[in-house]
Amino acid sequence: MSPRPKTGRRRGRAVAPGPRMSPRDLLSEAFAGLLARPARVLLTVLGTVIGVGALVATLGLSKTASNQIVGHFDALEATDIVVSPSVRAGGARSAVLPWDAEERLRRLNGVVAAGTLADVDVRGALVRSVPINDPLAAGATQLPMKAASPGVFQAVHAELAAGRFFDAGHSRRADRVVVLGVNAARRVGISRVDQEPAIFIGDRLYVVIGILAGVRRQPTLLGAVIMPEGTARREFGLAAPALAQVETRIGAVDLIARQAPLALSPSNPKLLKVAAPPDPRELRGEVKNDLNALFLLLGGVSLLVGAIGIANVTLVSVLERVGEIGLRRALGAGRQHIAGQFLFESTAMGLAGGVIGASAGTLVIVAVSAANTWTPVLDPWVPLGAPLLGALIGLLSGTYPALRAAALEPVEALRAGT
Amino acid sequence: MTAEPAPAPPEPAAGPVPAPAPPEPAAGPVPAPAPPEPAAGPGPAPVADAVPTVELRHISREFGSEPRVRALRDVDLTIDRGSSVAIVGASGSGKSTLLNVLGCLDRPTSGTYLLDGIDVSHLDEPRRAVLRAEVIGFVFQTFNLLAHRSVLDNVMLAEVYRGATRQGRAERALAALARVGMQDRARFLPTRLSGGEQQRVAIARALMADHSLLLCDEPTGNLDSANTASVLALFDELSALGLTLVMVTHEDQVAAHAQRRVRMVDGVLTEET
Repeated sequence: MSPRPKTGRRRGRAVAPGPRMSPRDLLSEAFAGLLARPARVLLTVLGTVIGVGALVATLGLSKTASNQIVGHFDALEATDIVVSPSVRAGGARSAVLPWDAEERLRRLNGVVAAGTLADVDVRGALVRSVPINDPLAAGATQLPMKAASPGVFQAVHAELAAGRFFDAGHSRRADRVVVLGVNAARRVGISRVDQEPAIFIGDRLYVVIGILAGVRRQPTLLGAVIMPEGTARREFGLAAPALAQVETRIGAVDLIARQAPLALSPSNPKLLKVAAPPDPRELRGEVKNDLNALFLLLGGVSLLVGAIGIANVTLVSVLERVGEIGLRRALGAGRQHIAGQFLFESTAMGLAGGVIGASAGTLVIVAVSAANTWTPVLDPWVPLGAPLLGALIGLLSGTYPALRAAALEPVEALRAGT
Repeated sequence: MTAEPAPAPPEPAAGPVPAPAPPEPAAGPVPAPAPPEPAAGPGPAPVADAVPTVELRHISREFGSEPRVRALRDVDLTIDRGSSVAIVGASGSGKSTLLNVLGCLDRPTSGTYLLDGIDVSHLDEPRRAVLRAEVIGFVFQTFNLLAHRSVLDNVMLAEVYRGATRQGRAERALAALARVGMQDRARFLPTRLSGGEQQRVAIARALMADHSLLLCDEPTGNLDSANTASVLALFDELSALGLTLVMVTHEDQVAAHAQRRVRMVDGVLTEET
């Protein structure tokens, strides 16, 4: 670039303060040094390749996997809220939930279905089917007794095996009707309702109007005798609902979890506790942490081994090339040029390891994703940053050998290197 | 943007005029140095050029602490521009130390060393590196060629540490190879060459940088007689062209090619006639 007289004839008394070397010359000398020993360079680079590759694959796979978790996220769980009296209010037995909880909850925007449930204390009363219906039926048994508001059936996604659910009318009139869970129905030997079977609870007769085939929430309902809340209040003196089961629209769960206690207990929302599914983002974080720890450790150890490998090979290379260092010093190289060349060689090895490792890691992510029919997901900074990480490792591990090389005295180096 | 009709007074000047001319014909040191008149008698011959290439005054070099080894004892030596000097002596007599001091690879313990009139005995290491790059060429007994690089690359290495432009570097290296008759081996690896050819390449590397002073440490020490003869013939040619040449040798045949011989005995320099 800079035209200077190239005669080298110096008649002046001033000597330039230090030798100069163009960056291009530094690059080409360093690359020539690397290319002179390709096999060794490849083996050296391998350590960094494995380290960086493991890191990239770990980061990418955990990201991909957590993305899958979100994809498969259970819509039922994500819309499920249960409100019940808090410990501060005195536990499940305390009367905090109002009888009109169902109506209040359904007025909230984002609630799809809501209903209240309570255990009914029948004071030891046994349940038996009417003898004329089935003389072979088992004798009296004890069955859990529940009181429900009509909205519960929708909120728990109940399906009928036979008959119907009870409705608000049954509850208001306190009709002596029950719906049996499928297991409870089996216990009392009832499988059909078209002949209006009835059961005795204690000495009172209740008409079975429906049998549940299955529920998606509150599975204890399947083994229970379920009666309308109004009936339970009048017949068994139920004080209040024990819990409110809510189904929200997808995405509304956070909002409803905040609003429900206020709607149900405006004067003191703290008397209610809300069980809502965890934030999906937190869930993702947990999964990622579990998955990552081991592989990040593996990647870190590989990187360390790679760094030691580069340091070792560069040091060996310095010792091997003492004569070359002496020659370069005799030709006018300054200490900084010698150090720069070896630093550049080690950095280039680290950079190459980083590039290859990032590519290999990305391939692993794609391959694993393809095998699992996942969508590969990778933060853009991972493949971009990995080569820089490799270069940094090369730079750091080349520092000591480069300083050793620069510290050699030219006379000693020329003598030792012949 | 507007038309500037006649700019550029510096423009043409960058080109041909001030003679950075190719090193082709006589890249020798200076316009008119000493013609190869045989120096008769002791002491340097009187020469037109005022500043000798090398002037050593009371140079001593000691190594280690108790007991100190005195490798050079009060050495005085003046080498005129364009002359050739052989330093002879037994091994351990201090001739390599003297060559290292001359080459700015080593620093004298005491005394003054003027190189091209510059006092270099107290220069710091970076400045001495500049002098090695620009003033001094080295030829070693073991050639010191980079085995994995081509002959051409090895020669071009001479310009790497001079901050010289890369433009035309290959041409200059080929010209230097041509001067030693090796231009057709430019793409070879040094390992494929004979010892004499390798030494010729090493000499081409020293010539490439167009130095004032060529220092040779046992240049024929690893060569058979035929190769020795060819290298010595090359030295004669270069010397005739006016290059200042200093060689360390213990072979009388080699020393006989120099215009002047000095002998080292236990660190003391004596002139031979």
